[in-house]
Amino acid sequence: MDFNLSEDHQLLSNTLNRFLGDNYDIEKRNEAGFTAPYHLQDMWNGLAELGVIGALVSEEKGGFGGSAEDISVVFEELGRSLCVEPMLGTLLALRVLSDHGQDERVEQIISGESRAALAVYEPNMSCDLSAMEATAVEQDGVWRLNGRKSAIYGAPGSDFVVVAAKTESGTGLFFLENPVLICAAMVDGGGVADLVMENTAAECLALDAETSLTSALDLGRIALCAEAVGAMSALQDLTVDYLKQRKQFGTTLSSFQALQHRAVNMQIEIEQCRSIVISAVGQFGQPGGERNVSMAKNLIGRAGRLMSEESIQLHGGIGMTWEYPGAHFAKRLVMIDHQLGDQNDHAMRLIATGAKQLVD
Amino acid sequence: MDLEFNETELAFRDEVRAFMRSELPEDISRKVISGNELTRDDYMRWQAILNAKGWLATTWEEEYGGPGWDAVQRHIFSEESALHGAPRMPPFGLAMMGPVLIKFGTEEQKSTLLPRILDGSDWWCQGFSEPGAGSDLASMKMRAERDGDEYVLNGQKTWTTLGQYANKIFCLVRTASEGKPQASISFLLVDLDTPGVEMRPIRLIDGGYEVNEVFFTDVRVPVENLVGNENEGWTIAKYLLTHERTNIAGVGFSIMDLERYKTLAQEIKRDGMQLSDHPIYAARAAAIEADLEALRITNLRILAETRDGSAGGVGSSMLKLKGTQVRQELQDLYRSAIGPRAATLSSGLSHNEMSVPYDAGQAAQVYFLHRKLSIFGGSNEIQRNIVAKEMFRD
Ligand SMILES: Cc1cc2nc3c(=O)[nH]c(=O)nc-3n(C[C@H](O)[C@H](O)[C@H](O)COP(=O)(O)OP(=O)(O)OC[C@H]3O[C@@H](n4cnc5c(N)ncnc54)[C@H](O)[C@@H]3O)c2cc1C
Repeated sequence: MDFNLSEDHQLLSNTLNRFLGDNYDIEKRNEAGFTAPYHLQDMWNGLAELGVIGALVSEEKGGFGGSAEDISVVFEELGRSLCVEPMLGTLLALRVLSDHGQDERVEQIISGESRAALAVYEPNMSCDLSAMEATAVEQDGVWRLNGRKSAIYGAPGSDFVVVAAKTESGTGLFFLENPVLICAAMVDGGGVADLVMENTAAECLALDAETSLTSALDLGRIALCAEAVGAMSALQDLTVDYLKQRKQFGTTLSSFQALQHRAVNMQIEIEQCRSIVISAVGQFGQPGGERNVSMAKNLIGRAGRLMSEESIQLHGGIGMTWEYPGAHFAKRLVMIDHQLGDQNDHAMRLIATGAKQLVD
Repeated sequence: MDLEFNETELAFRDEVRAFMRSELPEDISRKVISGNELTRDDYMRWQAILNAKGWLATTWEEEYGGPGWDAVQRHIFSEESALHGAPRMPPFGLAMMGPVLIKFGTEEQKSTLLPRILDGSDWWCQGFSEPGAGSDLASMKMRAERDGDEYVLNGQKTWTTLGQYANKIFCLVRTASEGKPQASISFLLVDLDTPGVEMRPIRLIDGGYEVNEVFFTDVRVPVENLVGNENEGWTIAKYLLTHERTNIAGVGFSIMDLERYKTLAQEIKRDGMQLSDHPIYAARAAAIEADLEALRITNLRILAETRDGSAGGVGSSMLKLKGTQVRQELQDLYRSAIGPRAATLSSGLSHNEMSVPYDAGQAAQVYFLHRKLSIFGGSNEIQRNIVAKEMFRD
């Protein structure tokens, strides 16, 4: 048993940590994250140069990483710096593209030359692919899409969107260049879009890509959970520091046992979150591995809310200000629960997949 | 035991309901219900309507222009206001400054200032907290040095709610340097347009603007602006804070929010399932409904005691704790219910474009902003300290 990162992963983690530490500024982030294109192009280029985008795809498919562990290492660092770059959308798009032999497009994305996003979710759909309503039909040799997609992460400013839609044989994947998007900022910064399709012509990549989609989404969930762990640790550091510094009633807040206990509960939740991510990473791709992903997403959803609310409360008024970085970490942690299925959706998925025996 | 209001009280409730239905402007209630910020004009319009009816200053005695209501009538009025989406009028003039002047003010102060609160000529804001003095209010530092028949103010106040709409601020100031901190505080009224006063906005977590910092540099204030005696401001502050705690449980707000959630749950689908049939969401909503019904009764139990004149301070602390927990829980439920699109800021999207009957992004913003409920008005930790002190007294 060894829970330490391998040398390579440690190096990846340190490099990214240093790069973000040197170049990423929270004030610039809070400006860029809320105005189109909702990220910093310089940062994106820098991440591509560092090979961080390539780390999301395996070597055989043109990248230089691609394991669940690679992805969790990258996203934990992104979370620690509250990085608002469109990495999640890129991860999702890259995974389905590389599963379907789109080598050239994958290469363009990895080099930072172009950017893509994945359109899966819809107004009535939060987690379960079987609830998808958008359809794709072939007419006179052209595939036409109908329906509405929402929550397309990282789509604003992207060059193309991969769209999932129902076909006669299952859930197909379609390639849409220069899509007409309805763009907006996310509550915690970063870009998101809706896409309305009315007989929209698109290139068909696959007629039934459900396995590939599920795997990409589960990796996306692992990424979000790892990001949350990074953000939680950063937020916990801020909170503990603040309690040690802030004085009321002639003493530091950290001397009040009632507050110490709250901080301890937060610390325990962070450790639990770290562990469930390790579990999900370890089981990824194994039979039943999707259950571990759902456990992680469920636990992170609950703990994220606790961390967010408690950190704000323990800071008092300061924790509620835009100027204070902690407030933005707190927002991110709650909003992560809204992405790729929330704690309740994943509880439902756990219930649906039945109880797995703990001991074989 | 009788859980019901008596006949006179029920008749009063009907009267309030009829008034709300006919007089509350719909554009205002729509904003209140969806959690949108109200403009100064929104508040002023509703204030004028209430004032015309004589229902504005609910806690004031009749001789000063209050309606002369008892605790139950005030309760009924504030609950009905919340249920109909009436604005919660900022408490600073009506619920704080007014009662303070009535109890501690000179005849001159009462006769000039009280009417100006009613007709909206003055909008007061509250200058208690400072950067270094939040929960520990008595450690506030802003100085007022006597110079002839003026005080000279230097220091800073912060978290001043809706100061941007105000023309006056009531402040706690330090008027002596020796003795117990509580014994050298005075209560002073300041015109915000006095030279040396500077107000700066503080942007909150939701990006919105409702609080400010106020800086005072050699600000000269006439001694007549003192309320009560010099160095007796702490007594006044404590009296004022008990008024901050009226309607503290916010049961009406929660009932309205639960209704809003139920409507949403019938409109929204989650992975092909109607949200109102979703086992987890439905179970959670049911639990909150139970908490809320219990809180409604607890609130009435404490109210019944107040009517007999035997209210304990611990009661209001407990109501604040449970009341804010329920309200915050409902904000969380509502935000969660919206699903993925609660993470989208609505600014870029019209309602039509979102193809949803609610303002999806707004729900998350309102949720984050409502974290304030457990921080201000005496934080929930401080309320627990108050209850614990009473419970563990020898
Ligand atoms: C939106 C908003 C509006 C406000 N409006 C006004 C206004 O109009 N006028 C005004 O004067 N003030 C206003 N306030 C200020 C408010 O009263 C203070 O924020 C509050 O008193 C807490 O003080 P603080 O923020 O300095 O936190 P701190 O006092 O520093 O507290 C930080 C944390 O420590 C906890 N804590 C502190 N002491 C203890 C203890 N002894 N035991 C256990 N826990 C403790 C607190 O509960 C909190 O969780 C407003 C605040 C907010 C957020």
